[in-house]
Amino acid sequence: MDKFPITVNVNGVRYDRAVEPRLLLSDFLRHDLCLTGTHVGCEHGICGACTILFDGEPVRSCLIFAVQANGHDIRTVESLGSTENLHPLQEAFHEKHALQCGFCTPGFLMTLIPFLEKHPKPTEEEIREAIDGNICRCTGYENIIQAVKLASEKMPR
Amino acid sequence: MKPVPFNYFAPTSVEEALDKLAELGYDGKILAGGQSLVPAMNFRMARPGALVDLNNIPELAYIKPTSEGGLAIGTMTRDSKVEHDPKVIEMFPLLGEVMPNIAHAQIRNRGTFGGSIAHADPAGQLPAISIALDANLFIQSKSKERWVKATDFFTGPFMTVLDPDDMLVEIVLPPHLPHTGSSYQQVSRQRGGYAQAAVASVVTLDDQNRCKEARVVLISVGDTPILSARAKEILVGQKPTAEAFKEVAQAIAANEIDPATDIHATADYRRHLVEVLVERSLTIAFDRAKKGV
Amino acid sequence: MAGKYFGQPILRNEDAQLLSGKARFIDDIDLPGMLHAAFLRSDFAHARIKKIDYSAALKRSGVVAVYTAEDFGDFWRPGPLQVPPPTAIKGSVFNARTLVPIAKDKVRFSGEPLAVIIAESRYIAEDAFDDIIVEIEPLDAVNDLEKALEPGAPLVHEDLDSNLAADVVQERGNYEEARAKADVVISRKILVNRNAGAALENRGFVVEWEERSRQMTVWATTQAPIPLRNTIAARMGLFENQVRVITPFIGGGFGPKIMTSQADDVLLPWIAMKLKRPIKWIEDRRENFLATTSERDQVHYAEIALTKEGTILGVKDVFYHNTGAYDPYGMTVPLNTQTHTVSNYRVPNFYTQIKMVFTNQMVVTPVRGAGRPQGVFVMERLMDAAARELNMDPAEIRMKNLLIPDEFPLRTGIIGQDFVEGVLDSGNYKKNLEKTMEIVGYEKFRKEIQPKLRAEGKHVGIGIVTFTEGTAVGPYEGARVTIGANGKVNVATGISTQGQGHFTSFAQIVAEQVGIDVKDINVVTGDTAHFHWGAGTFASRGAAVAGSAIHNAAVKVREKIFSLASKIFEEPEENLEVGDGKVWVKSNPSQSMLLGDLALRANPTRGTIEPGVEPGLEATAYYGPPYGATGAGAVAMIVNLDPETMQVKVEHFVIVHDCGTAINPMILEGQVYGGISMGIGNAFYEKMVYDDNGQLLSASFMDYLMPQATDMPAKMELGHLVTTTPLNTLGIKGVGEAGAIPTPAAFVQAVEDALHGQVEIMESNLNPSRIFEYLQKKQ
Repeated sequence: MDKFPITVNVNGVRYDRAVEPRLLLSDFLRHDLCLTGTHVGCEHGICGACTILFDGEPVRSCLIFAVQANGHDIRTVESLGSTENLHPLQEAFHEKHALQCGFCTPGFLMTLIPFLEKHPKPTEEEIREAIDGNICRCTGYENIIQAVKLASEKMPR
Repeated sequence: MKPVPFNYFAPTSVEEALDKLAELGYDGKILAGGQSLVPAMNFRMARPGALVDLNNIPELAYIKPTSEGGLAIGTMTRDSKVEHDPKVIEMFPLLGEVMPNIAHAQIRNRGTFGGSIAHADPAGQLPAISIALDANLFIQSKSKERWVKATDFFTGPFMTVLDPDDMLVEIVLPPHLPHTGSSYQQVSRQRGGYAQAAVASVVTLDDQNRCKEARVVLISVGDTPILSARAKEILVGQKPTAEAFKEVAQAIAANEIDPATDIHATADYRRHLVEVLVERSLTIAFDRAKKGV
Repeated sequence: MAGKYFGQPILRNEDAQLLSGKARFIDDIDLPGMLHAAFLRSDFAHARIKKIDYSAALKRSGVVAVYTAEDFGDFWRPGPLQVPPPTAIKGSVFNARTLVPIAKDKVRFSGEPLAVIIAESRYIAEDAFDDIIVEIEPLDAVNDLEKALEPGAPLVHEDLDSNLAADVVQERGNYEEARAKADVVISRKILVNRNAGAALENRGFVVEWEERSRQMTVWATTQAPIPLRNTIAARMGLFENQVRVITPFIGGGFGPKIMTSQADDVLLPWIAMKLKRPIKWIEDRRENFLATTSERDQVHYAEIALTKEGTILGVKDVFYHNTGAYDPYGMTVPLNTQTHTVSNYRVPNFYTQIKMVFTNQMVVTPVRGAGRPQGVFVMERLMDAAARELNMDPAEIRMKNLLIPDEFPLRTGIIGQDFVEGVLDSGNYKKNLEKTMEIVGYEKFRKEIQPKLRAEGKHVGIGIVTFTEGTAVGPYEGARVTIGANGKVNVATGISTQGQGHFTSFAQIVAEQVGIDVKDINVVTGDTAHFHWGAGTFASRGAAVAGSAIHNAAVKVREKIFSLASKIFEEPEENLEVGDGKVWVKSNPSQSMLLGDLALRANPTRGTIEPGVEPGLEATAYYGPPYGATGAGAVAMIVNLDPETMQVKVEHFVIVHDCGTAINPMILEGQVYGGISMGIGNAFYEKMVYDDNGQLLSASFMDYLMPQATDMPAKMELGHLVTTTPLNTLGIKGVGEAGAIPTPAAFVQAVEDALHGQVEIMESNLNPSRIFEYLQKKQ
């Protein structure tokens, strides 16, 4: 199958690549661009581990082909804080023990970044609904909810 | 779980897309939001030879008023755009109720209004809603164009009147009559999950508070969404009463649906749910019609 | 026991890496020249293989090789018996039929590998599925546990007379005599359904054979790195030190990742050596459901005999246990069921029989809970049935029969998963229940709230149950603690980590001894090049067993610090103090030395050392318990049921737990919350369903429903009791599986109560449709 040239802006960096049409965006980010912070848990759009921002909106990167990202703006977990300088949302996850194995965490973070921009003071119910499309097998969600509350206090608005 | 190889086309205009679909015939498949198609491709259950991607055709994504006072929604309008459009919610509160129930936010950010209707999943919400709102669907191909009522659009599970070279281009929602109320009632195993059964009701009262029109659509209990004939027969011309709602609910549950048993629910349970949900949805819809909401 | 570090809710060392997307997981590993593997899996559950023709696949561009069982020649053989049956149980039958790496002649479960394809990408490897022609003769599948043992049933293993995998009777006292004396005898058939571990990260395996150094490096998502290393080395004819197994960060374990000797870890090392290229296999979600092990499926015929006052005289439980198509993991799961059926109550007479059954389903090995939820479910359901029969409150009948602290240590007479007689070491079971009732407001709910809500037409119910968790079993773990010249500490242990926070909790144990901050302690788990003795992370044993070994090593290092510093400062050891990364003389703090400098002094380049002194500020130690430590707790749950749609919402969930000493209470609570979510999933959402042909109908997250944030209780409260175990210095019992164990029993009881006791439910997984069926049957 022919490869298609694409130009994608990921975390503010322009990438020019050629991709087979069937290549999933999740695989492209992880294996072509080596941005392995985006994780793959189900490849059928349920678990939410592969959530990224596509033109600012959270989407499942396992349900989009890389070729469709041509000309678009993508943000992954790597665009947030670094290990030495965490983003306030990441800090809140750390302080509230909102992660255990950490595999689902990048997907949660990328779901929550735009959510907290739109809902700077979320209620507990709003938080539960916001993270309903992300599965966490380890935490039982309780500490994630607490972390989002804390993040809403920490984040500048 | 990786898709099979396929040819990929990314037309930038409707005309170009229709040309490509005509050329590809049965080999071609439209890629709209892809939120149902891509999982099926990842499981290798769907193996299209070629995809015609509509995501590069900005002219297909819009919500605009019609001259009749309704709304026209372009097929590629993202579900989340419909969900958060104040005009949509004001004119069609039913959509305000339904949209948050369609999977999860991440899916609605990508999934499209037209794609969901054309996909014709009997457990999907939007096919049923298009019937409940009496939508008119504009269909184009390279050689022809036509309007089809949503009521006539669905022919079976995942099957519609669309030919391989057809594209569902626009969904037109006619304005509600005065004194119209609606309600959407759904039971799913989890929030964002498939409806085990759901009911969308749109009802209109006349000046004497008698029922003038009743569109009750049932989801996930047949091969297609089902528009209840019995609801109309029983309710139209009558004062809406709790007894009448019960009668409708029982008549629908007994005669108009064909639920299936699967690993999540028995047909009997689904039948029971329909009865409960029809009653609930009619009660609320008429209440809203009375209040003019 | 709490100190400056130990016992404190210290934030985790590993978080920053995980949160910033900089933690390496298995699929992040990319090696030059790496090939990708995919397994062609059987669509049939039971079938004879006639012929597999893959010649067309070899012609596909990008396909490097294809292998079937025949191509492996003598290398193909059934795997080892990973867990042998306990020989201490007299008269038991066990038929070992261990997992084969790839199906030969016959397929025994749907998803069993038929061929392995090696290609330049996973995409191409999957394309080759279409090129392979499999000629197969389908056979009738064995699914129903009871029918499987009937004469004439199709045989999963035709060299056996029946599908019986094991038959084990254990007994204490004499149940039949007790039964004869009883006022009330209650018998029930009780079903427990099958669940998946469903870690969010699927399994994965990467192998590289470096020909020049004759070294094999394996990256794997294993919970048991050392056993994996050992089995690979044995199979490949290599020395253990020629195989290095590394576990990168692992995205959850929950049991199924303990398994070794599966297609990936058996076949891929052989292929990598043959092709001289690294190979990667990343399991996808569908494969995870079909061909990674899962657990729970049991059918119990249980009976309880009581006096009319509600005192238990005896319990009898004969149960069928589904082991799937093979039984490489021995009887761990059903033995846990036996030990947990009656462990918290005073049951003088107990008869328990396992009938372990081969079926044409995926192999069963432990999943978080591992047989314990079944035992607890059975016992708690019997208690509820007895309470109803005797017109007693569910809490009252439990309180009456719970063991009291004076009875410990209590020998149970029942051999457990660690092959020795179970001993309940310590605990305060009544206090657990009392505290739970207090937090949930049991009396008030029963007397005021529930009647009021019922009068309003609401269907609210409460469930209250107790449980134990046998944890911290042997054989042993070890650890090495080293203070470096940089003044930081390296800790290496043989277990691996799947999110339990070992990088922090283990550091806390060491910090407390050597006085170096937790942040400056680097914990290495799951790398056989760093530590190469041990068993693995399972049975809620990491903190207690590896933690104790680490403690022992840290204590030795502390002794070395004092001993060496004493010589340098010419002060007796008791005059020295250690902390903040240095050691000093108490009476003269200016006389001090950084531990990094001391570490250098402990490893001199020239000079002499005294006889018997070992170099470095380093020590290695081991710990192995004589038997496991038993944690315990109680759960209360209030549910609200919509009587029209049968939707159930958990309004309030309370768990009081006693796992002895907590190393890090924050991490401990996280473990409990996670277990609860799995328990709620098991009770109301998650269910693996096989049809009559052995097809798994729930092989995706669309059908296998994972609990979501909105499915969790509106309010959760945790209470802690601490009864330290005498079995290890730190007093730690395990906790990892606690939440998952009692939850289904509490849920079902609460649902029954919400329905005003109209129906009795004797199965562990409900859904609204099933509740509706119960009510329909009643009418």
